Amino acid sequence: MNIHEYQGKSILKSFGVAIQEGIVANNVEEAVTAAKDLNAKTGTSYYVIKAQIHAGGRGKGGGVKLAKNLDDVRDISGRILGMQLITPQTGPEGKKVNKVLVAQDVYYPGATPIKEFYMSVLLDRNSGQNAVMYSTEGGMDIEEVAHSTPDKIYKELIDPAVGLQAFQARRIAFNLGLEGDAHKEMVKFTQALYKAYIGCDAAMFEINPVLKTSDTKIIAVDAKVNLDDNALYRHKDYEDMRDVTEEDELEVEAKKHNLNYIRLDGNVGCMVNGAGLAMATMDMIKLAGGEPANFLDVGGTANAQTVEAGFRIILSDKNVKAILVNIFGGIVRCDRVAQGVVDACKVIGEINIPIIVRLQGTNAEEAKTIIDHSGLKVSSAILLSEAAALVKDALK
Amino acid sequence: MSVLVDKNSKVIVQGFTGKEGSFHAEQMIAYGTNLVGGITPGKGGTQHLGKPVFNTVSDAVAQAGANVSVIFVPPAFAADAIMEAAEAGIALIVCITEGIPTNDMVLVKEYLSTRNSRLIGPNCPGVITPGECKVGIMPGFIHNPGRIGIVSRSGTLTYEAVDQVTKAGLGQSTCIGIGGDPIIGTTTRDAVQLLMADENTDAIIMIGEIGGQMEADASYWIKENATKPVIGFIAGQTAPAGRRMGHAGAIIGGAADTAEAKMAIMKECGIYVVQSPADLGATVLKALKEIGVMA
Repeated sequence: MNIHEYQGKSILKSFGVAIQEGIVANNVEEAVTAAKDLNAKTGTSYYVIKAQIHAGGRGKGGGVKLAKNLDDVRDISGRILGMQLITPQTGPEGKKVNKVLVAQDVYYPGATPIKEFYMSVLLDRNSGQNAVMYSTEGGMDIEEVAHSTPDKIYKELIDPAVGLQAFQARRIAFNLGLEGDAHKEMVKFTQALYKAYIGCDAAMFEINPVLKTSDTKIIAVDAKVNLDDNALYRHKDYEDMRDVTEEDELEVEAKKHNLNYIRLDGNVGCMVNGAGLAMATMDMIKLAGGEPANFLDVGGTANAQTVEAGFRIILSDKNVKAILVNIFGGIVRCDRVAQGVVDACKVIGEINIPIIVRLQGTNAEEAKTIIDHSGLKVSSAILLSEAAALVKDALK
Repeated sequence: MSVLVDKNSKVIVQGFTGKEGSFHAEQMIAYGTNLVGGITPGKGGTQHLGKPVFNTVSDAVAQAGANVSVIFVPPAFAADAIMEAAEAGIALIVCITEGIPTNDMVLVKEYLSTRNSRLIGPNCPGVITPGECKVGIMPGFIHNPGRIGIVSRSGTLTYEAVDQVTKAGLGQSTCIGIGGDPIIGTTTRDAVQLLMADENTDAIIMIGEIGGQMEADASYWIKENATKPVIGFIAGQTAPAGRRMGHAGAIIGGAADTAEAKMAIMKECGIYVVQSPADLGATVLKALKEIGVMA
């Protein structure tokens, strides 16, 4: 589950990670009040207004601005709130900004130079261990750094039995070129960050930048936090952090029916049982000359209700020119799925695009008979290659 | 001969009396699997499906000689179940459960590193040696005893491959569903190695998907060590980038993460790569003809 920067920072702070302080606001008045409160709390006289959307690159799209006084706060938050923010990660349609984070200015001048670093904590799939990835090149697009100067990215694997050790945190601080108090602060920061990662069952932390301030504090200026959905049952308080306005409407609707749906921009909709077969079916649609309009895994229960819900979701996408249902019946019986398809078609009424139903496995022949005698304009197949040929015909 | 399981395997079910456990235990017994009992803490000493119920895996090992366990317990308790089986000395642990927290699996992997158990899964359909032993949730009837080994990260896509092999007039030696989670006990390469060493396997189907480096890793091993043909497919050629893995994950995953990149590596390593999953059966036949196993 993705969460907003302000939510991620509140989790980090609860585990003792030093952060850039801020207060979230839903409208201009709240933003001004937030700025005043922040001034009282931290003494900051400048404010950073940050759009809260689930996408990176917000600065590039004009979603992060410095306000030098309360008038600026009013003016800038008024412009950012409600805007359709387009960043390299949102796609061309952008994302609507419903909240801003009013944050303290942490780039103030002082005794020592300011420095930006990069740090993430995530699973290293090859070793099956968690890892801290970090770099001296903070505040930049890390994929670009990985591409052009891979030697500037370091990785510290963490032994699950004992967790991140102090010598490892020291190595990180040394590799980042820090000494004295800054070194000690970075050690503390890294240890707290790992504690937070394990404590909140995160799937990923990305802190870019981690900042060394001019008065030698080490703080998280941004926080991209992704929580492990499978562990949310241990963290009921985080469940409220889900922001469905950030998710695709159809994907949210699908979730209500226990369907795993991802919207794509092709012309052939598909409904499949099992994630691997669903991906393979999408690939087959492409080879047949179409483009998949979605990924849809109906899981182990393909009954009339789920088929109907799936059809309605697929059909609400006007680009869809044909639907392919591909079910391999193991535990689930194909004749029941076939009956589900027939019932769903009758309930929905007129469906003016070709539907191809491929049912293989338990009772596949009976299923084909049900489809063929239903009186509906639905073509049936048993072999995968037959289904592919039917998709090709439908697109002609 | 086959790998991992055969007619001598003594199988127990963890989560035996639950809905899923009961249903699939019944299917396994009907298939002919030598199921010697199951575990449900607190119900030890009773009978279920005509088999003894034990309180602990250790009891099942001591009293019924169990050496294979299949796990159907809910995600919150699955890590504990795997470790209990390993501690009891179960040689092969098959975990069907989907949705185990990743950090639980990080700890399980560490726990298993000092023990002599092999884990298959989690989030997998299980392992079957057709005609002898079915340990998992796959539909038994689509299988046919034979000489094609299958390794796959997916459930229904594995059934698709099995079905095509059967329809091509061939059969399977052992099918290993290794699971779709980021941390799994037996990798693609581990499973391929087992089948490569099996004298009753003539060819191997290797099915992967986007994410991670397991298929690339297996491919490089195959390039150096293959003694029989490998037919491969990667699901997700049309999958959108970035939907399942975040930014930072893509850095560690490197360039080998996409279906396209994996298929290119597989081809380079001498694997018969199919573009469409509908061509798996036909390509196995072609490969067998080329090595002269079939006329």
